[in-house]
Amino acid sequence: MTAVLAATDLRKSFGALKATDGVSLTLREGEIHAIIGPNGAGKSTLIAQLCGSLAPDAGTVSFLGCNVTAQPVAARARMGLARTFQTSALAMEDTVLQNALLGALGASGKPWHFFAPVARDRGLKGRAEAALDAVGLADLRDVRTADLSHGQRRQLEVAVALTLEPKAFVMDEPMAGLGQEGSAQLTSFLADLKRTAPILLVEHDMDAVFALADRISVLVYGRIIATGTVDEIRRDAAVREAYLGDEA
Amino acid sequence: MTRERLLNAALVLALFAVPAWALWADEPFTITLATRAVIFALAAVGLNIALGLGGLVSLGHAVFFGIGGYAMGILASHAQNYTPIMEAPFLIEGTKSMPIIWLVAVLASGLAAWLIGLLSLRTSGVYFIMITLAFGQMAYFFATSWPTYGGEDGLSIYVRNGFPGLNTLVPIQFYGICLAWLLLVLALNRALMRSRFGLALNAARQVPDRVRAVGLDPPRLQLVALVLSGAITGLAGALFADLNRFVSPTMLSWQMSGEIMVFVIIGGVARLFGPVAGAGFYVLIEHWLGGVSEYWQIFLGLVLLLVVLFGKGGLVGMIAGARK
Repeated sequence: MTAVLAATDLRKSFGALKATDGVSLTLREGEIHAIIGPNGAGKSTLIAQLCGSLAPDAGTVSFLGCNVTAQPVAARARMGLARTFQTSALAMEDTVLQNALLGALGASGKPWHFFAPVARDRGLKGRAEAALDAVGLADLRDVRTADLSHGQRRQLEVAVALTLEPKAFVMDEPMAGLGQEGSAQLTSFLADLKRTAPILLVEHDMDAVFALADRISVLVYGRIIATGTVDEIRRDAAVREAYLGDEA
Repeated sequence: MTRERLLNAALVLALFAVPAWALWADEPFTITLATRAVIFALAAVGLNIALGLGGLVSLGHAVFFGIGGYAMGILASHAQNYTPIMEAPFLIEGTKSMPIIWLVAVLASGLAAWLIGLLSLRTSGVYFIMITLAFGQMAYFFATSWPTYGGEDGLSIYVRNGFPGLNTLVPIQFYGICLAWLLLVLALNRALMRSRFGLALNAARQVPDRVRAVGLDPPRLQLVALVLSGAITGLAGALFADLNRFVSPTMLSWQMSGEIMVFVIIGGVARLFGPVAGAGFYVLIEHWLGGVSEYWQIFLGLVLLLVVLFGKGGLVGMIAGARK
């Protein structure tokens, strides 16, 4: 099966620190590929290179069969790469619906309308409302984003990604700070979502990772020390030593 | 009707009522003051698009104001001296026609905004302020040292430019032209704030990372905002020069940029009628306190301090409450 998103021998150093040290990985159609690793393993740096906000020193990123290593964030997003941020990146002054509309607007690729009110734009609105419906925020559409709870902001992050109708998701710790019930809800949501588009999931919540992931890659000191199914990773001695400890 | 709408309606009413009263009471100077306020408001509406919606703190908007002013001055001075602006490779003559002057002012200041934006939008924050200030200073010193169009002394135009069907020398008729422009641009600005572009620009100010992540390019949005902003302020500059029948490098000075910014901040950043409230307030206290003391700007400074410290939404914010 061909990879939707692939990194080949990515390298990125900050001075003497090798934040990404020869990382290769693939995200295949229909799967959730989780990346786990201790703090400082280089997960965020890796995501930044996959999404285009950071240029690698060496190696390539390809998306949908195209080499996108030199493409900026916006170009990759227009191709269908949707990301969610670890700390919510939402327009706090705007309403929930406006944030979702922004995603739909980005997906349309046509921001150069200066007169027609966006609120009466049926195409955009339909897309935005469908995404809010999917994550269960439809009732809060007119609430200011700043007034949302932490968990609701995480849901909105996912909704904005949904409006892009992407070919792949990159999610940076979507469960962060959600609490048990919230995590469980999002877990079942993501389990369905992977049928829409594959998900590269960076996550600390091990219950969620083990419940969701088809494959897991373990990142330690900028290197992937193991990739495999949940069972393979649980059994891997090197992983147990580096990361999982005895609890696994 | 929200309080902000009521306030906006009251401001529009004042824009009609004050000159109507002045006309009835035969107070032409009041009409001139009102015209000054309306033109300042128009310049500030322009800045508010960059500053309020786009988050671009430009300390160089006098460049656009001055380019508009000089567009009027240069075209009209050639017309009044019967000398062509250029003969080769093709003939360009001056004009006393307002519509042509406006068109030239808008195009020239928009082009200047595009060029300045291309360079300055690579930076942000305090560097953006400094770069726009630097462009302002360049334009200012260029104008003072260019003798063809008066240098430091500026250019006087003896008769106000014409508009088909109107006698622009009658204060109330010229006021009408300026007011029509202000109301038209406010209507366009209102549409802009609610449009796709407004939504994207508003988000680019708050979370540029998110805007990139949905496939849009924040600097391009900001560049277009700066061009629209500069073009509007340039139009105001052409009207201001016509009001005074005079243009000088003062219109390009950094103090002028600061004044336009003061209109926006006192009135209310990113509020549709903030620039109108701010410019009106400024002209009022300039007139009243200017008669009491030549150091009236001390009081202006005090007001600005109070507004910035206690009224985050400016006058409009204080009266109408926080933005929804």
